Amino acid sequence: MDLKVLFLIIIYSILIQNFILSRFLGLCPFFGCSQKLSSAVGMGLAVIFVMVLASAITWIMYTYLLDPTTSLLKYAMASGVAPDLTFLRTIAFILVIAALVQFIEMFLQKNVPTLYRALGIYLPLITTNCAVLGVAVLNIDGFSAIGLNGKLTFLQSNIQGFAGGVGFLLMLVLMSGLRERLELHTIPESLKGLPIAFIMGGLMAIAFMGFSGLSI
Amino acid sequence: MERTLWQEFTKGMGSEIPIFRVVLGLCPTLAVTTSLVNGLGMGFAATFVLVCSNIIVSMIRNIVPSKIRIPIYIVVIATFVSITEMVMAAYTPDLYKALGIFVPLIVVNCIILGRAEAFAGKNGVIRSTLDGVGMGIGFTIVLCVVATIREMLGDGKLWGYPIMGQAYDPMLLMILPAGGFFVLGLLMGALKMKDLRAEAKKRESIIAR
Repeated sequence: MDLKVLFLIIIYSILIQNFILSRFLGLCPFFGCSQKLSSAVGMGLAVIFVMVLASAITWIMYTYLLDPTTSLLKYAMASGVAPDLTFLRTIAFILVIAALVQFIEMFLQKNVPTLYRALGIYLPLITTNCAVLGVAVLNIDGFSAIGLNGKLTFLQSNIQGFAGGVGFLLMLVLMSGLRERLELHTIPESLKGLPIAFIMGGLMAIAFMGFSGLSI
Repeated sequence: MERTLWQEFTKGMGSEIPIFRVVLGLCPTLAVTTSLVNGLGMGFAATFVLVCSNIIVSMIRNIVPSKIRIPIYIVVIATFVSITEMVMAAYTPDLYKALGIFVPLIVVNCIILGRAEAFAGKNGVIRSTLDGVGMGIGFTIVLCVVATIREMLGDGKLWGYPIMGQAYDPMLLMILPAGGFFVLGLLMGALKMKDLRAEAKKRESIIAR
């Protein structure tokens, strides 16, 4: 296993091509859930959890059911040739993610009630978080910035899911800290609330652009 | 108060315009608006999915059990997104490549699921169609406005043609991610300022009376 590639995936997903600031995935919770630090941490942790699991399950499903070259369906077919089901990718992925989120919610409620109380209200929102479906699709499409064209391996996919989630958490925590500070300052009436949050997001994006000069 | 059909159609472009009034569907708004072509393409794709899913959802609204309505809506939306994806890959491959991951991500565009849940699941087919068309046009307008500003300032071009003159030095920042945040934030601020002024004027006229 090439450790350097895994390291690159982590650095790129967290800092250089952050899911929020440079790939524009998961902006709705970024602005919707960042008013308070506690809710930002809860949302971020829930997203990491779901992104890793979603990466694993969608990767397995794509490889063994949808992709004709590696599909296990060839053993079930009379002709011995697996059908090309890759056109079902979007439908299959979103269904898996919706079911997964529902399942995690029920599992936590029954077995880990403390964690459920901490993450509970954020879990249903995650189904429509584009970062989760985004990472599932990106695992299949490849990571061209570091020269991985084509599908990532299972381990790489999981690492990308985890690192993407950590990058998401980092941004949410930074943003909520900034917004809590901002409440103490006077800003123009018309910029209060979301407009100023967008402008801060822009400034953060400029700051994080500094990482793109990193040569690894 | 019952809305007329015309009001149902126009509310998506005025009082309930997506992004500005109803802050949903931000990701494509910022990600694909680096040029007007991309913005318009994304707007049309989302409008198609929105109208079709509104029609289907309003047709099946009485037979869908309310407990599992959200997964059903998602499947309906995902079906139309897959159709869009295949059509775009076949007929407009360049646009498909430029929009990239954001074509499959139309599924999780909250505007579409939001309209299915908040409107099409409760209203008839004709109203839902008009609502979908109106909202889709509203979304397309917002995308085009943001894209026009960013392409003009960031690239000195519009629809691929240079329009800012030879002397214009393009502001690269505008087509980078940061520019998207700035443009959208300032547009929202401008709209809010207009609202606040109108409100103040209303209050004054009431006091004067």
